[in-house]
Amino acid sequence: MKLITAIIPEEKLDEVREALIEAEIERITVLRVSGHGRQQEIVVQRGKKVVPNLIPKVQITIACNDAFEDITVDTIIRTARHGAGEVGDGKIFVQDLKDCIRIRTGERGGQAI
Amino acid sequence: MTWKRCLGLAALWSLAQPLLAQGTGPVVDSGSTAWMLTSTTLVLLMVPGLALFYGGLVRTKNVLGTMMHSYAAMAVVGVLWAVVGYGLSFGPNALGGLIGWSKGLVLLRSIDHTILPAGVPEYAFAMFQGKFAIITPALIAGAVAERISFRGWLAFITLWVLFVYCPLCHWVWAPDGYFFNLGAKGAIDFAGGTVVHISSGVAGLALALFLGARHGYPKTAMAPNNLTFTLLGAGLLWVGWFGFNAGSSIASNLETARALTVTQVAAATGALTWILIETVRHDKPTSLGMASGILAGLVVITPAAGVVQVGGAIVLGAIAACVCYSMIMLKNKLGYDDSLDAFGIHGTGGIVGALGLTFFIRGSWWAEAGAKVPGWGLWDQLKIQGVAVLCTILFSVVMTLLIAVLVEKLIGFRISEAAEKTGLDHELHGERAYGLNNLN
Repeated sequence: MKLITAIIPEEKLDEVREALIEAEIERITVLRVSGHGRQQEIVVQRGKKVVPNLIPKVQITIACNDAFEDITVDTIIRTARHGAGEVGDGKIFVQDLKDCIRIRTGERGGQAI
Repeated sequence: MTWKRCLGLAALWSLAQPLLAQGTGPVVDSGSTAWMLTSTTLVLLMVPGLALFYGGLVRTKNVLGTMMHSYAAMAVVGVLWAVVGYGLSFGPNALGGLIGWSKGLVLLRSIDHTILPAGVPEYAFAMFQGKFAIITPALIAGAVAERISFRGWLAFITLWVLFVYCPLCHWVWAPDGYFFNLGAKGAIDFAGGTVVHISSGVAGLALALFLGARHGYPKTAMAPNNLTFTLLGAGLLWVGWFGFNAGSSIASNLETARALTVTQVAAATGALTWILIETVRHDKPTSLGMASGILAGLVVITPAAGVVQVGGAIVLGAIAACVCYSMIMLKNKLGYDDSLDAFGIHGTGGIVGALGLTFFIRGSWWAEAGAKVPGWGLWDQLKIQGVAVLCTILFSVVMTLLIAVLVEKLIGFRISEAAEKTGLDHELHGERAYGLNNLN
């Protein structure tokens, strides 16, 4: 089992989610997050330029069985990228997942996902 | 509505003899003037009310952009009205009555000393009317929320006020206007059923159809970001509406109190009816339903506030909630994207009010009408109301589409798909509404 965590641009959430649903990956957790990568964003407030050191992003978390890792990652890359790729398009982290438990039934492992 | 005739005469008279008006004209009635100044303030309060109402209904990324649509109307029309808008609306007939015009009213120069026969300085009347001109285009924004460019909007409301609002306002409320002189006592539009609500509602519908639906609509759920804003906005609109309707008597007297009473009753009935409908049909009354019902009741009583009594207000408020609710259901079936139901509530409620009021007019009004044109009856008046409603719809739709094409071609009205996905706040204004989205 894998735990896939992706940080993506806010405006790409709908697109990514629609593509994931099309690929039959429907179980997902979404959070609003702030962070700092290589992207710099300049904001103008009353004529004064301000560089916020944290930029709003969306984080999606998906737990899946090994067979779904590639399609999940590929779908996110394809839909979250701006054109040919820009700084700020985000990152994907893939971790091995030790266990998964469905609270309702107590099931464990791959079948609980 | 005799004040309107007196008002026109006074305006013409004072234009010709501005100096004479100082010495021998009407005296200021401090009671009426105080109420008109208060009403003017109350009507302005409706604009931030509307900004909150609409701002709460859109998605998180479009809150500021949506509120800016209302505030933009304050900025643009606030200037435009004082420069030429008042003259175009309340000047004497020009171009065969299509519009009003008087050179002296440019920058309101000729009214510097004018006291109206109602005992109110004309400045107060001009500013009171100016607030109506501000809120009317702001209402349209609800139909095309979340997908228009800010500069396109600025251009649109400028042209719309000049070429749609001012002519309509002149026809309905200027003493020499077309609708003011129809039939026995004119088409009844006490505070703006046709001029404000029907005109902006159908303009919104035309614009929504012209610009098309938001990306993802209706498949993607587009949930309101903050219904507390919407409830607060609806409350401010209700408070402001007392100025809107009761102020339209241009007095502080019996007629004012009558208008205020039916406004209160119709709004409450609208709200009550809407949440009852929801309870019966969906089991749970919603806060959005409460807010929508308040608005439906307020809109329907707007043209009627001068002529109906409490019984009529209750019936009209209840009918408005039912019809507006059905119209929104119909919209969901048909699939057009009147995003925040500008047509569903303002257009529909306005039409119901302008026509429906005919059945609830108080006896003394019929007596006055009968004295002018013997035998003047319900069907005669209904015909006139119908003519006013139909002309308003046709004129507003055609002109709105012409202006929309012009703005789309010259400046660009609808924003790009990428910009729409990012949201108006960040894309057009470089800001975000909620600090929590960004931990800086």
